[in-house]
This record gives sequence, C-alpha cells and structure tokens, in this order.
Amino acid sequence: MVEINNISKNYGKVKALDNVSFTVNTGELFGLIGPDGAGKTSLLRIITTLILANSGSVKVFGLDVVKDYKKIRNITGYMPGKFSLYQDLSVEENLSFFASVFGTTIQENYHLIKDIYVQIEPFKTRPAGKLSGGMKQKLALSCALIHKPEILVLDEPTTGVDAVSRKEFWAMLKNLKKIGITIIVSTPYMDEAALCDRVALIQQGKILDLDSPEGIINRNIQEIFEVSAKDMYRLKNDISSYENTQSVFLFGRVLHYSPKNESSAKDLEEYLKNKGHLNLKIEKGSPGIEDCFMKLMNTNG
Amino acid sequence: MAEKEIVISVKNLVKKFGAFEANKNLSFHVNKGEIFGFLGANGAGKTTAMKILCGLSAPTSGEISVAGYDVYAQREKIKRNIGYMSQKFSLYEDLTVMENIRFYAGIYGIKKNLIKTKALELLEKLHFLEMANTLIGSVPLGWKQKLAFSIAIIHKPEIVFLDEPTGGVDPVTRRQFWDLIYDASNRGITVFVTTHYMDEAEYCDRVCIMVDGRIDALDSPDNLKMQFNAANMDEVFIKLARNSDYEKV
Repeated sequence: MVEINNISKNYGKVKALDNVSFTVNTGELFGLIGPDGAGKTSLLRIITTLILANSGSVKVFGLDVVKDYKKIRNITGYMPGKFSLYQDLSVEENLSFFASVFGTTIQENYHLIKDIYVQIEPFKTRPAGKLSGGMKQKLALSCALIHKPEILVLDEPTTGVDAVSRKEFWAMLKNLKKIGITIIVSTPYMDEAALCDRVALIQQGKILDLDSPEGIINRNIQEIFEVSAKDMYRLKNDISSYENTQSVFLFGRVLHYSPKNESSAKDLEEYLKNKGHLNLKIEKGSPGIEDCFMKLMNTNG
Repeated sequence: MAEKEIVISVKNLVKKFGAFEANKNLSFHVNKGEIFGFLGANGAGKTTAMKILCGLSAPTSGEISVAGYDVYAQREKIKRNIGYMSQKFSLYEDLTVMENIRFYAGIYGIKKNLIKTKALELLEKLHFLEMANTLIGSVPLGWKQKLAFSIAIIHKPEIVFLDEPTGGVDPVTRRQFWDLIYDASNRGITVFVTTHYMDEAEYCDRVCIMVDGRIDALDSPDNLKMQFNAANMDEVFIKLARNSDYEKV
C-alpha cells in the first residue's frame, strides 16, 4: 500500500504539486492520468525516494520515503520517463548490470521477466541505443523487474510509442498485476485510463478526481450526444454558439455535445437543420475519461 | 471539377542508410490546402521521409518536389516555402514569447518593418498579448505548442510540417490546436502532420500509413475504415501495423 498525505512540491515559484493525498492499494494497477506539466513525474519521483517533497509524507508499504529510503529502493522497480538504460551496453549487459546493482542475478528472477524478455532476447548483443522504441521499452521494463520488486513505478512508459506497442505494453502490465505486483503508472493518454483499476486525474499539481474509470465517468458526465454532419468545421462553430450548449468537443469523426439541460437534443436538431446542415446525425454517445477530464479542467479553471 | 493543385509530389522515393532501406519506393502526392496525416509505428520510416520533404536530407533516389521545388537541387528554396514544428524542439526557453516570434519571423525572411505588426497580429489572435514578455520556459506546454504552430506559419508558407505537435498536451488544448490546423487549412496552407493519437487521424482529409518503410494504406479516414472493415482509425492502424515484421521476433 502506498499512502500519500498532503504532498506539496515547489520549484521556485512553480507549484508542481499542491497538497496531494491519496492511497494506492496493494496489488492494484493504479493510473496517474494528466498532460505534461501536471506534476506526474514529481509525484512518482517522491514516491521512489528520488526527490524530497516540500511538505507532506509518503509511506510505501509502511516505509517512510525520507527515513527508510534505502529499504524502499530495494522493493521498488522504477522506469523513468526518458530512456534510462546505458545506450552503449548491450541488451544483456544492461540487464545483468541492473541485476547486480540489486544483488541478484538474471537467472534467479528470470521467471518474472521471461514473457517480456524472450521478445528481445534475439537481440541480446545489440547495444541498447540501437533498439527500436518498442524494444527499448521492453528492455527498460525487464530491468525494472529483475530484482523482483513489490511495487513497480512507471513514468509515462507509453509516451511517443505507437498504438500497437502501447497495447502490447498494457497487456504486459496486466500480467504483472496478476502475479501480485503493485503498479503505479503515469500517462498523458486518456484512453489508457480504462485499463487501470483506479485512476487519479491530475492537472496543475492538483488531483481533479480519483476513482475507478467507471466511477469517474458516472459521477461527472450525465449525458453525451455524438453529432456529425457533412461540414464538421461549421457544425462545431454552430453548436458552440448554440444557447443550450454546455460543451462541444471533437472526438474523431464526431462531436461530443453536452447540453445544459437534458431535453435539448431535439431542439439542437431543429437549430442545426435551420442552419442548413446536411447528413446531420445526432446519437446518444458513451462518455469516456477524456470527456470527464475536459469537464473537470473547465470547472477547476 | 478543376484538377487539384499538387504541392507535394513523391515518385519512387528510396532512402538507404548503408544496407538498410528506410524508405522503400514511396509514391504519393499531397493536394493544396489538404490536411495530410502521416502515420506509422516507431521505426516505420516517417521521420526519414519527412526530413527529405523538408529539404533536410537528400533521398537516395526518386523524383520528389515540394512546393514546386526539387529536393535535390532546390533545397534552400523548399526551406523558404515551408514551416516546420516538432514536439521536441519548438521554441527557445530562455527567450520571451515576443523574442521568439521576432527571431523566427527573421529566420523565415519576413521584412524587418513588418515583423512587429505580424507579431502583434499573431498574439492577438491567440489571446496571448499579455504573455508577450514572458519567458517561454514558464509558458505551459499547450500554449507553447499553439504559439509554435502560429510561428511556423507566420510567413504564410505553402506547406507546414508538424511532427507530433500534440504529444503530451492536455485534451482541451489538443483540440484548440486542431482548430488552428483547420483554420490554416481553410486559408489554403497545406498541413502535413504526424501523430500517435488515432482520434486525430480522423481529423485529416487523407491519411497515409507507413509500415516497414512502405506505404501500406493511403486514403480518406472513411474509405480506410471501409477498406479494412474497422470501426475507427485505431483499428485500421492496429490491423496494418500487426502485419509489420519490424518488431516481430
């Protein structure tokens, strides 16, 4: 269990974290979801004992991040945002280096990384710097796991990674969760929230909301309509200036429209028909975390 | 209907690095005013092709023209007629907003007596006037990216190249960014954009998907979804990229 109590962190005048408190349960796959600059990295580095908070406390499995930092480092696997492996060491050398730093060997814990490592093992003599993005990510994860950590902290492991590698990476995390490892992962991709047990939405150093993905959606969004027409650009402008519009955002091929009051979908149709929109389609849609995040961003200024 | 004007023409583009073929015989064109999405897995050859189109790297072979200029002989002319912004490096952190605009306007060849007016116009449009003297380092990422985009088209280029412009940007700003793209496209600027967000692929007029150095698909998002029997562009991408032998071991 990770208990975060009233954590604040400043860099000069910039408030990176503003009185953040929450708990991550043992065995949970917990997501920290927010854009760049939200404070995700600062919080993860405080949890992993790499930087100190200005105020507040964090306990990792009962251990204090200030007093017991050495013990915490032994039970934590950390994958930082930027590729942190040694570019000029080979795949295998990187892995054995990380194993030896933690006083273990590849053989001892091979079962933990086997599923991931077999995919890069054919390239074990290649320098890490010459791997593709997806392979680097797999090696970094293997290195973070080789000392059999109880908790795995991953800072934006899927940023800049293509959609296929992202899906594969999340499948790997699901498997690690199954063997009982507690996982805290940060991401700017809102769609990845759905893959977590619980998520904290973070923006400008503050937690906007925290719950299971379904819990957050049910609490924040009453109703969403998917609207599309031939000229989407004009459609969006017309809906924006419509009096009953709470919000309207592009979501791929459709607009997500939230009305101010529930019964206004019919009126919207009338309004848009009068504006001469062709191929007009209005359907009830299912809101996602991204809808919630945008709504919470607006209400929180 | 009148023939569409072609601003990027690529015929049989090949780029080799030693024995490795990063671009394997690419052929495509981009129309004037189009929003052209350029997608592909990491390592598929997108950056290589984009560098060639921007006049930063010479192809091994192929016939390629950008804004009417040849990529072998007229690279400097190409650079004058395009705008470019990337996620990784866009603006100078230790210069103010105004200083960055003036710097890039100068680089893009805008006459000295016009720079100030253009800069103020740009800031007014973005509602950034009060930020003019703020150091870029303390401007939030989303604002920075909107500013970087506006600067990349300050000289009204034929084409603007955007390399993952919205990575890590919050969802509201990400959409505001696309409003700017639409606006530019409506003014006749061609937009060539890469992204890892598949919802953004839907905003493009046409999408080109690269796999292993080849173009495996090129069409409008609607046609691609039909062709691959997919509900959205995410599925199209997954279906194509799964065929890749690059990451397979």
